[in-house]
Amino acid sequence: MPALDRKFLRDFIHLWKQALAIALVLACGVAILLTGMGMYKALSDTRSTYYERNRFADVFSAVRRAPDRLIAELAAIEGVWAVETRTVGETVLDLPGVAVSVTGRILSLPSDGPPLLNVPILKSGRYPDPESTSEVLVNANFAIANGFRPGDSFYANLNGQKRELTITGTVQSPEFIYTIGPGAIMPNNATFGIIWMPERAVDAAFDMAGAFNDVTLQVTAGAQTANVIDAVDRLLDPYGGLGAYGRALHPSDGFIDAEINQLRIMASILPPIFFGISAFLVSMVMGRIIALQRSQIGLLKAVGYSNLEICLHYLMLAAMIAVLGVAIGWLVGSWLARELALEYALYFDFPFLIFTMSPWVYAASGLAALVTTSLGATQAVIKSARLAPAIAMQPPAPAQFKRSVIDRAMVAMRLSQPTIMILRSLLRWPVRSALTILGLALAVSTVVAPSFFNDALDKIVDSAFYDTNRQDAMLVLSHDMPLGVVDTAADLPAVLQAEGQQFHSVILRNGFHEKRTMIEARQPDTDLSRVIGMDGQQINAPPGGVVLSRRLAADLHVGVGDSVTAKFLGGRQESHELRVTGIIEQYFGLGAFMDLDDVNVLLRQSTRVSVVNVSLDDSQVPQMHAALKDIPNLVGVVMMTDSRRSFSETIEQTIGLMNTVYLVIALLITIGVTYNGARILLSERARELASLRILGFTRAEVSYILIGETMLLALLAQPLGWLIGAQIATAMATGFSSDLYNMPVVLRPAIFAKASLVVLLASFGSVMLVRRRLDRQDLVSVMKVRE
Amino acid sequence: MPETVFRTEGVTKVYQTGVVKVFALDGVDLELFAGELTVLLGPSGSGKSTLLNILGGLDHATEGRVWFRDTELTHMSDRGLTQYRRDHVGFVFQFYNLVPSLTARENVQLVTDVSPDPMPAEQALSLVGLGERMDHFPSEMSGGEQQRVAIARAIAKRPEILLCDEPTGALDSTTGVQVLEVLKDINERFGTTTVIITHNADIQRMAHRVIQFQDGKISDVKINETQLAPSEIVW
Repeated sequence: MPALDRKFLRDFIHLWKQALAIALVLACGVAILLTGMGMYKALSDTRSTYYERNRFADVFSAVRRAPDRLIAELAAIEGVWAVETRTVGETVLDLPGVAVSVTGRILSLPSDGPPLLNVPILKSGRYPDPESTSEVLVNANFAIANGFRPGDSFYANLNGQKRELTITGTVQSPEFIYTIGPGAIMPNNATFGIIWMPERAVDAAFDMAGAFNDVTLQVTAGAQTANVIDAVDRLLDPYGGLGAYGRALHPSDGFIDAEINQLRIMASILPPIFFGISAFLVSMVMGRIIALQRSQIGLLKAVGYSNLEICLHYLMLAAMIAVLGVAIGWLVGSWLARELALEYALYFDFPFLIFTMSPWVYAASGLAALVTTSLGATQAVIKSARLAPAIAMQPPAPAQFKRSVIDRAMVAMRLSQPTIMILRSLLRWPVRSALTILGLALAVSTVVAPSFFNDALDKIVDSAFYDTNRQDAMLVLSHDMPLGVVDTAADLPAVLQAEGQQFHSVILRNGFHEKRTMIEARQPDTDLSRVIGMDGQQINAPPGGVVLSRRLAADLHVGVGDSVTAKFLGGRQESHELRVTGIIEQYFGLGAFMDLDDVNVLLRQSTRVSVVNVSLDDSQVPQMHAALKDIPNLVGVVMMTDSRRSFSETIEQTIGLMNTVYLVIALLITIGVTYNGARILLSERARELASLRILGFTRAEVSYILIGETMLLALLAQPLGWLIGAQIATAMATGFSSDLYNMPVVLRPAIFAKASLVVLLASFGSVMLVRRRLDRQDLVSVMKVRE
Repeated sequence: MPETVFRTEGVTKVYQTGVVKVFALDGVDLELFAGELTVLLGPSGSGKSTLLNILGGLDHATEGRVWFRDTELTHMSDRGLTQYRRDHVGFVFQFYNLVPSLTARENVQLVTDVSPDPMPAEQALSLVGLGERMDHFPSEMSGGEQQRVAIARAIAKRPEILLCDEPTGALDSTTGVQVLEVLKDINERFGTTTVIITHNADIQRMAHRVIQFQDGKISDVKINETQLAPSEIVW
């Protein structure tokens, strides 16, 4: 091995602690890139394969009641590859030994075999006999949550008729990866199930013989889904079509899409931060190495090594750090990506996982790491090339300090000499000081940014459950019913107060901007479910007016005073002009709110409600559940406490893990920056500090200079870190918000304090490690070493 | 008449520090001959090292011209000078300039790796009497030993010229004499043109020719008809 290469290896071994500190920061970037991209790819590949194998439909629509002869017309739409119609009904279930109300969605199974589209995967048991009126399939998660096996049975209220159903098998379906019951905001497998039942039985129960109320379509490759949606709407409109939609608005796929998207955001926001910090650390360390090896560079040049050879020699040192970081990053990233993808696959209820890490992800992350570290080393390496050999072998001239206004100020302030040394050093290398501050600020921001989730969650819960939806339960009706139903509900056991609310599927339009959503109509000044304005006061929509959530208003490009056209779906499909009278902050869904009587006047019908909100006497809730099991026309019971709990639990689990990961990352960055910074400071100042010791300064006084400079930089980094953290939090909140939910950015002072505490403590710890070296310094030998 | 190895004409080197111009060399005309051992003598700042750096291709003259045999070094490019140093020149410095992370043998190999016709590193180290200490790191050697490694490193490439800047400057007299003996031996055995810078006047007595510097100019040139062996020199 050439002697120069041996020097390179020994230099690297000598530097291992600093190299490792940098490599770990770099490894974080590589690992996150790999994990994010790996999981993103694994989950998208798995999803698309699952969809393809089980023929998940592209277009969906519900309709009041359409005749079967429409099937041929639907199939004839240009770009449609397959059509499947079915009967879908909502039902209240009575499960043996279960006190709470459980609801189910019944789907018809074709009489000639498994469905053509949205094909379920049989997990256990068999398909029901097509002639049977009591055999059903249920979704596997519902069976697991309630301890059902094939052969077990339960009761269902089918359109007013209570019937015993027997489970013949359990299935997974691409259509119900994420199942959410009517009126619910979070999935709950125990209280909401999907039930597949032979067509003949379902049609008889829901009076749908020769007709259908649900259609799914698959489009041919390259066909415009939007055109197919329009054509489907035109055909179904006369029969009370509720508006066709594509996969993007499908509740299950929309949710998964949002989650997968979050992974992509994570993979794109964080790695550049790590690469940037690594580049800075490499530039700092390489700069110092080249300063220390000044005379060696001179010698190498003197004996005939070319500038290129010397540049390569030092670039290799930086590259070696990159190689180490990439190796650690690849190992950790591959492992983490696989483990997390498996976790997610379970969470999403995918029947299998396709996990392939594409070579380009490795190549891209490796290349990015190599390029950024090389960039970091460039300045130092060019300096080594520029060093004239004759000058390189002389001791360096003392660093140039100039007296400035600041110096006069420092003198005027009667600062001690060590303090002046600290301040002067910061000002002497402003770029380095600024970059150190930036590095530590990024560490602070890594703690601040994800912490907003916790408080955002609290805010969402406060707003969604305590301010707006104060009811204890929502009783969801199978169809809109006259206002009298509210009084009936009020007579149920446990019910203290009952209020009606109407939901109506609409398409809101403003020019070419359009959004499919639900209009919630309620009477003015309701007590249970309320609309709260930006000022925290309850607001009512006046006749002819509509109140929109901020996200919906933004999507439609309207403000207060503008008007929107609302097409009310499912009935006469009428369109009405509405004036936007208010905009509110809402964290779930895309809310649009109207006056109950106003909606019914517009639709020329008596006042009706789709949901009854009730407040309950806790002691009698079991009796209420028992009574609900026998009430026809009830399809869902949403217990708000359960919703709140399941929402908080689901999110807290993810957040807890995420916050820990980010905390570790912040620690690695802090240690990487402060340890390297302090080592370099010590190496530059060794003689100076030893001289002070010889002059009679104590160890504590001397280490004050070392610790003081590092901690001063760490302190200065805090406000910047808070600012960057708040910016990243805003970016993350925007990235994570979707039509399903809207993330607010809530940053309490405690979050900033925590982030600062973590970073300052880690900085102090790192600099104390370096201080130990200072304490061990042999004064005589330090003074003898020629710089 | 011996062959001329170096020739300079009116070599001037000016350092500009702020508004002050310092003439490190002020019009030096000089010839150095093949196989000669020359001592450059003079107080600090008299321009000896500057001249040595220019002759060794480490620095450019501000004015004047420099030849190595028939090749003019005056305006040679950086790349050309690197090649010149690699092929022809051996350096020995006052502070040895060894690479601390390499052993004695490896420090010598640093040069043999890039030279066209080197001797084995082991042979070079044996020549300076360090055959037994080849695998020691600089930190494990005395100053004299380190300087001998530096000499071994300089001669391993079989240079035509050996430029030594205060080779004994950091050594006590006994060790210094050992180092001078090695230099003398190399000069005699291989006929290497050797230039030794010193401000120690006693060392001049081992040289063929002594060139005295004062304020960037040659103040005196003296030829020694007989040379003392280094062991006879005391300081």
